[in-house]
Amino acid sequence: MNRFLATVALAVVALAATAASAQPIKLGELNSYKTFPAFLEPYKKGMELAVEEINRGGGVLGRPLELLTRDDNGNAGDAVRVAEELLAREKVDLLMGTFSSAVGLAVADLAKQRHVLFLAAEPLTDKIVWESGNKYTFRLRPSTYMQTAMLVPDAVRLNKKRWAIVYPNYEYGTAATAAFKQLMIARQTGGLEFVEIAVPLGKIDAGPVVQALLDTKPDAIFSSLFAGDLAKFVREGELRGLFRDRPVVNLLAGEPEYLDPLKDEAPAGWYVTGYPWSAIATPAHKRFLDAYQAKYKDNPRQGSVVGYSAVMSAAAAIRKAQSTQTEKLIAAMRGLAVDTPFGRITYRALDHQSTMGAYVGRLAVKDGKGVMVDWKYADGADYLPSDDWVRAHRPAE
Amino acid sequence: MTISTLFIQLLNGLAGASSLFLVAAGLSLIFGVTRIVNFAHGSLYMLGAYIAYSAIGRLGTTISGYWLAVLAAALAAGAIGALIEMLLLRRIYHAPELLQLIATFGVVLIVEDMTLAVWGPEDLLGPRASGFKGAIDVAGQVLPQYDALLIGIGPLVLLALWWLTKRTRWGMLVRAATENRVMVQALGVNQAWLFTSVFFLGALLAGLAGALQLPRESANLGMDLSIIAEAFVVTVVGGLGSIPGAFIAALVIGLTRSVCIGLGQVELGGVVVAFPKLTLVAEFVVMAVVLALKPYGLLGSAPAAPPTTPVAEHRALVRPPGRRSLTAALAAIALAALLPWIGDVYDLVLAIDVLVFALFAASLQFMLGVGGLASFGHAAYFGLGAYAAALAVRHGVRMEASVGLAPVAALAGALIFGWFCVRLSGVYLAMLTLAFAQIVWSIVFQWDSVTGGSNGLIGAWPPAWLADNQAYFHFTLGVVAAALIAIVWIAHTPFGYALRAGRDSALRAEASGIDVRATQWMAFAIAGAFAGLAGGLYAFSKGSISPETLAIPRSVDALVMVLLGGLNALAGPLLGAAAFVGLQDFLSRATEYWRADLGVAILMLVLVFPMGIGGGVQWLLARIRR
Repeated sequence: MNRFLATVALAVVALAATAASAQPIKLGELNSYKTFPAFLEPYKKGMELAVEEINRGGGVLGRPLELLTRDDNGNAGDAVRVAEELLAREKVDLLMGTFSSAVGLAVADLAKQRHVLFLAAEPLTDKIVWESGNKYTFRLRPSTYMQTAMLVPDAVRLNKKRWAIVYPNYEYGTAATAAFKQLMIARQTGGLEFVEIAVPLGKIDAGPVVQALLDTKPDAIFSSLFAGDLAKFVREGELRGLFRDRPVVNLLAGEPEYLDPLKDEAPAGWYVTGYPWSAIATPAHKRFLDAYQAKYKDNPRQGSVVGYSAVMSAAAAIRKAQSTQTEKLIAAMRGLAVDTPFGRITYRALDHQSTMGAYVGRLAVKDGKGVMVDWKYADGADYLPSDDWVRAHRPAE
Repeated sequence: MTISTLFIQLLNGLAGASSLFLVAAGLSLIFGVTRIVNFAHGSLYMLGAYIAYSAIGRLGTTISGYWLAVLAAALAAGAIGALIEMLLLRRIYHAPELLQLIATFGVVLIVEDMTLAVWGPEDLLGPRASGFKGAIDVAGQVLPQYDALLIGIGPLVLLALWWLTKRTRWGMLVRAATENRVMVQALGVNQAWLFTSVFFLGALLAGLAGALQLPRESANLGMDLSIIAEAFVVTVVGGLGSIPGAFIAALVIGLTRSVCIGLGQVELGGVVVAFPKLTLVAEFVVMAVVLALKPYGLLGSAPAAPPTTPVAEHRALVRPPGRRSLTAALAAIALAALLPWIGDVYDLVLAIDVLVFALFAASLQFMLGVGGLASFGHAAYFGLGAYAAALAVRHGVRMEASVGLAPVAALAGALIFGWFCVRLSGVYLAMLTLAFAQIVWSIVFQWDSVTGGSNGLIGAWPPAWLADNQAYFHFTLGVVAAALIAIVWIAHTPFGYALRAGRDSALRAEASGIDVRATQWMAFAIAGAFAGLAGGLYAFSKGSISPETLAIPRSVDALVMVLLGGLNALAGPLLGAAAFVGLQDFLSRATEYWRADLGVAILMLVLVFPMGIGGGVQWLLARIRR
């Protein structure tokens, strides 16, 4: 027995030694760390956890993974510069990351120009895989359209006629609003009415906005507000009675990044997409949760799952391609299945969108904290537009 | 919108105006006395909110605990403001006025990262204000008690400030210094302490505003920059140094915004106008209109005695650069052209950035240094050029021609905006350029079908013969070198001398037959065109363009580069751009808190080279020659 153990130990050491001595595979990651720290600090932790797990298991292709992160300063110009640095100086094998739509699209276009794989982890814009999609770009998270579609069944079930829509005035908000209107009209018969209020991102004048919404006497509200805007809106709306007898559907509000700050003021009953980390009992999630909590003594956020799954996706692609060559990676990514804390996802060959989903449920307050209840996992695969639509809108290669 | 909802929207507007007024009043006070455009004022506001959050956590949410915490936060912010004045600004009062703006910009970067380090990245939602948690009934509508309180606080602070400035000896000194700083000093008043006390009071007001905002908004890391532009606008619309003016301006802007939101989507002559979308720029539109009608703001007045004694460096005899300078420049260009064989590909990427920003900074330096026309909105022309080039190439125009279109588009914009701007002077002029820049930004940001909206435009790559970084570097080097030489040449033509004359003494220049306003207008247009050329080159170096290209931070970057390099040094823009791009690149890779480090680096440079790096080099050369 002892001998057996010794042999195993020796083998492990030998494996680890070859992995360590081999040239690392470099993942070049860039993100707006200083611009959106609430989301991206947990995201970085998620990535680092994944890298650690992979390297403990001997790396990929016998080589350890090395993660190089850069701050893109929240703008497209700087993002292209740091991406060039990662490519030219660090000779990274692929690019990944980015947060805002503008930065994501700019880096996707650079990837096309420089012929390198880009895994867009976080940007929600529909365009990155559809209207502006390209051969080199894959996207992990469910897009604005998909997450809106996940909430539409609940919205239809409410059977309300007059909807007030409030959204942050930029790509994500306008896309969510357009998708919501389009999907509602398609699914609900009978004269729907929409009134819209666009607010400057991060600068909502909550009092006047809530008052204006009250004036329009809506039956229900659809909102895509998040972060600081959401907190202001919730507080002002509660105070002025906007949410009394009026259901609210709000994208992203169940993500711990935006839900936790609300504490006991989390608006009970709202329909949201998010991440009920404390209640998901699948083995895949349990394993991730335990590892994350053991390493960081903190609970994961939505960003943690995105970061972790992004690195796992990159590793799976390299493993499947048995190479770090861009063309081989692209071929491997098409139809690639990856196990994530949310379960198995697939990168579609059709449009390079992953089928990662999101949790849909309602908000409640428990022990002075906002939580999601009555939730279910909405598989991304079920909320995508038809293949024909995608083919018609995605540029040919 | 019914009468009762209009009324309640007006009350909402008043509540919002109150905190805006507190911040702006502090800013106005500080500017009036010290002439410092305090960029860090928003940081003090943010600190007020964060400190209040922590203090409430300590002192509890009883009525006395809560309000004691608010007071403590205000005092703490005041103390921090006073410290900034004593440790930093006091050392650079003799430097060009705008240099202090750059120093306070460094402070912004440091405070932001320190706040992140101390309080963490997550938004912190404080408790509701003790004693004001409910809502009251007003004309059949609901108004939060806290809003009613805020509506009252604004006029109370105005009254207190009025008493302080009109009825105390300290206030008398403040008013005197606002009118004529040099005279006050000559009469033996200890300026240092007067400045420190003004800073303390101004910062205290900002901190109080931040603490009072806590029940309405979670403390977050974006508070500093989101309030500062608005506060500048309020200060300028009201008239610099005028506190009642700031009060009225805050009301006008607060009300405009709430009414815009209240109007909602309105059909006007068959077209649906979404008024809420206007809130993106409402304050800047108000400012543009006010400044076009009243060049010194609502209650401001023209400075009593326009400064006729120019800064020492302006007084020096201006000689056109001689043959030796030209030889040196050509040698430098030839040497730079060898870079592809010395450095790696990324060196080329950085070098392209440095060249593009050097041209951008040089265009601003021409306006600011030679023309004396400050601009806080120079990014508008950079962005116009970039968008024009990207749009042209996407519509099938050849890239070489598109680059040529960039300065034309920027020139057109600069001619229009410049016509309004040169009617003003000093900070008013600078703020009007900012207003125009923000208006352009908001159009670009929202015009999805043409400009790509917030996403911007992608696919603006140079053609095959320039696609390679090396080729594009040589192309950029050629264009930028020619443009920089052209700028220097223009600055030393009779037109350039006329421009300097207008800068140093408008009165004497007019008397010698120079049409100062027309000269300045042309300078504005020329500067815009060169900025546009830089923007065009930038677009093709990145392959994409997004609205940040013409947002406020880019304008600030240009100012930082010009002042770091030296306002009047020939090589200033190049040195400033190299220092800024190099520092940012190095620090953002080397350290986690890179923004704070960049802030520290900027402060160091400002303290060591108050005349800019280029100015420092010139001074050193002059010493050696002597």
